[in-house]
Amino acid sequence: MSDLIIAGRAFKSRLFLGTGKFRSNAEMQAAIAASGTEMVTVAMKRIELGDSDDDMLAHVVRPEIQLLPNTSGVRDAEEAVFAAQMAREAFGTPWLKLEIHPDPRYLLPDSTETLRATEMLAKEGFNVLPYCQADPTLCKRLEEAGAAAVMPLGAPIGSNLGLRTRDFLRIIIEQSSVPVIVDAGIGAPSHAAEAMEMGASACLVNTAIAVAGNPSAMAAAFRKAVEAGREAYEAGLGTASLNFEAEASSPLTAFL
Amino acid sequence: MNIFLNGKQQQTSATTLAELVASLSLPAAGVAAAVESKLVKRTEWETFPLAEGMHVTVVRAVCGG
Repeated sequence: MSDLIIAGRAFKSRLFLGTGKFRSNAEMQAAIAASGTEMVTVAMKRIELGDSDDDMLAHVVRPEIQLLPNTSGVRDAEEAVFAAQMAREAFGTPWLKLEIHPDPRYLLPDSTETLRATEMLAKEGFNVLPYCQADPTLCKRLEEAGAAAVMPLGAPIGSNLGLRTRDFLRIIIEQSSVPVIVDAGIGAPSHAAEAMEMGASACLVNTAIAVAGNPSAMAAAFRKAVEAGREAYEAGLGTASLNFEAEASSPLTAFL
Repeated sequence: MNIFLNGKQQQTSATTLAELVASLSLPAAGVAAAVESKLVKRTEWETFPLAEGMHVTVVRAVCGG
């Protein structure tokens, strides 16, 4: 399996993890280890008096792990730029998951603000990984604006619905010159395998692992699925029958 | 003096940004601060003086996808 290169950094694992929704830091840490991931997202929040002493970062930081701070909570490009600057300072990295999703019901990304923010942030030297709608035209614009990769959604965040946008993901993968990371909606290892078989560069999974009965076991399952899907893609998948017709595997001569 | 911390007015005996952040018992990593919505780098906290009515934003690392 070939390494994945994003912004000049090589990744052996094509499974990235979100750190949200775990029942405990211990479960999160174990799942990260079991997944074999080399990049995890983190978020920021304004401190409040009465916050717990929670030091989640201590459970995440490892030499092989690239931190990917997100801009969750921002409503427009200006807020995203401010959040990005705070994140770069807080985490000491120019890597950024740009997410602008003001509507709380569907959490769909605001395409206009995401494109504007990508333009501004790429100019300021951030490695921008924008979470975006599975819109092929938008993804090309994000690439032209300097995104290090594009991260189109499969389905709404946390929905576990799989690749509802599969037909458009296919187009994006065909047309993109930067890595395509399917992010959001992946609910089962089979969804991740499907994305990788289609030619996606990587998958980002959070909810499906965090809320599983056994997050570490689920993380290990996802690890295998992403590897299997990618190996299949690199091995060259056969074509699907166009008209449901069979193609014999054994000789069609009468037996005896 | 009175300052605004993340929008809430509060009293502080701190005179610099470094003293203010130290009073918040935050982890060593994953913290950033801004004054009047402009980032102030950690290396500048020691010498950054607080003023009455200043708006300070302090963020910390949390879990998220």
